[in-house]
Amino acid sequence: MSRIGVFVCWCGENIARTVDVDKVVQASRALPGVRVAEHYKYMCSDPGQALIRDKIVADKLDGVVVASCSPHMHLKTFRRAVANAGLNPYRMEVANVREHCSWVHHDKATATEKAIDLIRMSVAKVHYDHALQPIRVPVTRRALVIGGGVAGIQAALDIADSGYEVVLVERDPSIGGKMAGLSETFPTLDCSQCILTPRMVEAGQRPRIRLHTYSEVESVEGFIGNFEVTIRKKARYVDMVKCTGCGECMKICPLKRTPSEFDFGMGTRPAIYMPFPQAVPARPVVDKNVCAKIIRNGCGLCEKKCAPGAINWQDRDEMIQEKVGAIVVATGYKLYSIGREQKSAKITGYGEYGYGKYKDVIDGLQFERLVSASGPTNGEIKRPSDGKVPQTIVFIACVGSRDNAKGLAYCSKICCMYTAKHTMLYKHKVHSGEAHVFYMDIRAGGKGYDEFVRRAIEQDGAKYYRGRVSKITQEDGKLIVRGADTLAGVPVTVEADMVVLAAAMRPADGIEELAQKLNVGVDEFGFLLESHPKLRPVETNSAGVFICGACHAPKDIPESVAQASAAASKVAVTFAASELTREPEIAKINELTCAACFACVRTCPYHAVERAEIRARNGTLIKYTARVNEGLCMGCGTCVAVCPSKSADIEGFTEEQIYSMVEALA
Amino acid sequence: MNIGYYPGCALHGSSNDYDQSLRATLGALDVTLSEVDDWICCGATAAHSLNHKLAVALPARNLALARLQGHAEMLAPCPLCSMQLLRAEQALASDDKLRAEIEVIVEAPAGAGPRVLNLIQVFENAGLDRLKSAVKKPLKHLKAACYYGCLLVRPPGVTSFDDAEQPRSMEAVVAATGASAVDWNYKTECCGAGMTMASPETVLELSNRILANAAAHGANCLVVACPMCHVNLDMKQTAIEKRFGVHYHLPIYYLSDLVGMALGLSPGELGTERHFVTAPAGAKEA
Repeated sequence: MSRIGVFVCWCGENIARTVDVDKVVQASRALPGVRVAEHYKYMCSDPGQALIRDKIVADKLDGVVVASCSPHMHLKTFRRAVANAGLNPYRMEVANVREHCSWVHHDKATATEKAIDLIRMSVAKVHYDHALQPIRVPVTRRALVIGGGVAGIQAALDIADSGYEVVLVERDPSIGGKMAGLSETFPTLDCSQCILTPRMVEAGQRPRIRLHTYSEVESVEGFIGNFEVTIRKKARYVDMVKCTGCGECMKICPLKRTPSEFDFGMGTRPAIYMPFPQAVPARPVVDKNVCAKIIRNGCGLCEKKCAPGAINWQDRDEMIQEKVGAIVVATGYKLYSIGREQKSAKITGYGEYGYGKYKDVIDGLQFERLVSASGPTNGEIKRPSDGKVPQTIVFIACVGSRDNAKGLAYCSKICCMYTAKHTMLYKHKVHSGEAHVFYMDIRAGGKGYDEFVRRAIEQDGAKYYRGRVSKITQEDGKLIVRGADTLAGVPVTVEADMVVLAAAMRPADGIEELAQKLNVGVDEFGFLLESHPKLRPVETNSAGVFICGACHAPKDIPESVAQASAAASKVAVTFAASELTREPEIAKINELTCAACFACVRTCPYHAVERAEIRARNGTLIKYTARVNEGLCMGCGTCVAVCPSKSADIEGFTEEQIYSMVEALA
Repeated sequence: MNIGYYPGCALHGSSNDYDQSLRATLGALDVTLSEVDDWICCGATAAHSLNHKLAVALPARNLALARLQGHAEMLAPCPLCSMQLLRAEQALASDDKLRAEIEVIVEAPAGAGPRVLNLIQVFENAGLDRLKSAVKKPLKHLKAACYYGCLLVRPPGVTSFDDAEQPRSMEAVVAATGASAVDWNYKTECCGAGMTMASPETVLELSNRILANAAAHGANCLVVACPMCHVNLDMKQTAIEKRFGVHYHLPIYYLSDLVGMALGLSPGELGTERHFVTAPAGAKEA
C-alpha cells in the first residue's frame, strides 16, 4: 500500500483564483493510496518546502505529488526538497495545474475538476515510480574544435587558457577562415588581417592546442565526456617537419594559373601553394588535382628546388584518432552562389544579375579580395574584365536574403554593414568614383553601426536607393543596371563599371553530413540548431556538443567571437567536474524479453542502442539483446515506440505509468 | 508522333503564318498536330484582369476537351495561351473547392493532363540529335538573336522549363539547325505586347531597344516563339526604323521557320514570304 502525499500550491493567486484549492485537497485525500493532502500559498518558498519535508518524515511518505506550475519551472526545486527529507527524488511527480489549467481556463468549477483530474493522473503515476540514481560518466578533459576561422580560433584559445587541451581541426591548408581574407572590418575600419593573424599565430604556437589543418572530421563515436573522433589528415605531399616554409617551391612551380580559393577566383595560385603568406601553419600543400607530377608523373621541379627535401610524393591520406570530452562546432559560412545550380530548385534565382555571365559582376567576398592589401591587386580596385579602375560601382544588397520567392527567407545580417564599408573603402581609394547602393531596408543594429552607415552616406557620399534591381545588361562595356527608387517613385538606371552583389550567407558545405555525425539538428536552411534560442544558445541537443559562429546563423565578427567564448566557457563548465551526472530518465531494455530484432538500434536518432550478447558463466552464448548506452541515450522514447516485443521503456515514463494515467482519467 | 494542338486565336488569325510554319516543320519531323476540337479562348489578358474564376474556367475547358479527346500532350505555341493553361492546371490541382466549382462551370471533370508544351519543348521532345541529323541545309549564314519575350519562360514556378532570366533552351534548338546564336542582353525584355493597340509609341520604343541590341551584338536575324512578339518586331519594324531614323532590316523568324529552313522547306511552304521583313536576296543561301 502506498503512502502518497499531495501538495497543492496556490501560486499566490495564479492557481487559487481559478482553482478551488480546498476542494482539490478534499478530493485528493479520497484518492487511493493518498495519505495526506495539503495546500499552501507558495509551495516553492522555504516554508512550503518545509511543509513537504515535514509531512514526508511524519507520515513516512513513499511518493509525493506537487500540484503547481510547469515542471520546467520547479521540478528541480521540489526534487531537492523531497531528497532533503530522505525520499528518492524520482518518486516525486509534478501535476501542472497552472500552465495546463488555471492560466488557460476561466470557469472555476470546471478548472477545479480538471485540476483534480490532473492530480489523479499524477497520483496514479507516482504509484509506479521507483528509486532512480543519477548516471555518472567520466570526463576526458580535452576538447575538439571543428573549424579554424575566427570563432574556432577564439574558442580554442579560451579553452586552452582554461587549462585544457584542444584539438583544432581545419579543412583548409591554413587556419584563419573567411576573416583572414577580409580587407578592413566595420565599424572601425581596422585591418582584418592585422587583428586576426596574431591570434592565428597564438593558436598555432600554444602548446595546449593541437592543430590539424587540411584535415576533416571523418567520424564521431561516443558521448559527452567520452567522444572518439576519427580525423582524416589529407595528403599534403609536404613534410611538415622538414619544410621550412621558404616558398621556393611555389616560385618555381610552372602551373600558376589555378584560380585561388582564398581569393575567390579573383587571383591565381600555383599547384603547390600556401593560401596566403601569413598562413598558419606556414607550410604549403600540393593540389593533387592540378600537379603534373601527381597527375602524370611529369614536372617535379619543386622537389628538385626544395633544399630540405620536404616534398613527399608518397604522402597519403592518414586517419588519426583523438579522444575528447566536448566538441565545439565552428564551421562558418559560404556565400550563396548566385544564379548557379542549387540543391533546391526554389533558390536558383537571380539570373537577372548576370553573375557568372558578366565578369565585372562579383560578390561581396570577391570585392573584399580586390580591396585587401594582401589581395591579387595589392588593394588597388581593378575590375576583373580588363583591369581598369571602375569609376562607378553599383552595390546590391539582399541578393538571396529575405526573399521567399526565389531565395532564402532569412536576413543575412552583415550585408548592410559590409556594403556600407565597401562604398567607403571604394571612395577612399577612388575619390572620383561613384558608389550606388540598392537596398531593401538598412539594418544596422549594433554598437556604432548606424553611425557607420550614416558616415558612408553623408561623409563619403554613397548614393542609396531603396529599391530592387530588376536586370543587369551589358552595353558598350558598361553594365546597365536598371532598378527602382521606391522612395522617389521613379525607375533608376545606372551605367556601372562594376557591380557587387551582397549575396546571402549560407552554412558551409558539408554541414549536414557533419551534423549527422554529431547528432545535432539543422534548421530548414542547414544552419545548426541550438538547444534553446534564448537560454541555451550555444548548446545543442547532443550533450557535450556546442556551436558558435556562422554555422549557427549569419553573424558578424564580434558576435561570432562572443559566441565562441560562450561555447568555450560551456566546455570549461563540462570539464570542471571529475565526472558528469546525467538524469536517469533514459531508456532501458528488458533483456529477458528482447527478441533481438534491433529495430531500436536502427531507429535510435542518437545511436545509443547497441547490440549485445548475454553469455552464460562458461561463455556459451545464451541470446542476443539490445542494450542502451547510458552516456548517449537522450530519453526520447523512439525505441519504446518501435519495439514490437514491448521490451523498451523509459525510466520514469514507463508504459505502465502512462497507461495508469490514462486509466485514472477514464 | 501525334500530339494535341491548341492554336489559340492568334494562330487562326493574324499569325496564321506561324500556324503554317509549325505544321510544315513538325510534319517534316513526323510530328502531326491534332487540333483540339471545339477549343475556346484561353482568356488571354482580359480574363485574369477581370475575374479569377473566368481566367481558370476558360483554360480548364480547353484542358478538359484535350483530355477527353485523348491527348496526353498538347502544344500551345502562343506563350500567353500556354501560360494561362499551365496556371489553370496549377490552380485546379491546388484548390479542391475551386476545382469543384470549375467542373460545374465548364461541364467537364477536371483531372491530370494533358501536359502543356511550348514549341521549344516539342522540339526537345522530338530530339535535338534527331533534328541535327535531319538537317539538309545547315543555316551557317544565320547569326540569330534568340528572343524569348516576357512570357515564354515566365513567371518562374508556372513555366519552369528554363532559367527565367538567362534562358538557354532556344539556343540549343538554333544550334541544331547549324545557325549560331549570338550572346545578347534583351532575351527576356518586353516588346510592348498588346500596347501595340493602346500606345503604339511605347511599342516602337521598347521594340526598338530589342532590335538595336540584337544588331549591336552582331545578329542578322531574330528568332521568336510568340505571335505577339512577331507582330511587334516584324510588322512594326518599318515604323520603328522610320520613327528612330535607323536601319535594321532584321528578318524575324519563328523558331519553326528556322528549323523548317534547315530541313529544306521552302519559304512558300513555311510562309516566311508573308513576313513584312524578308531576308535580303543575297544573304539567303550560304
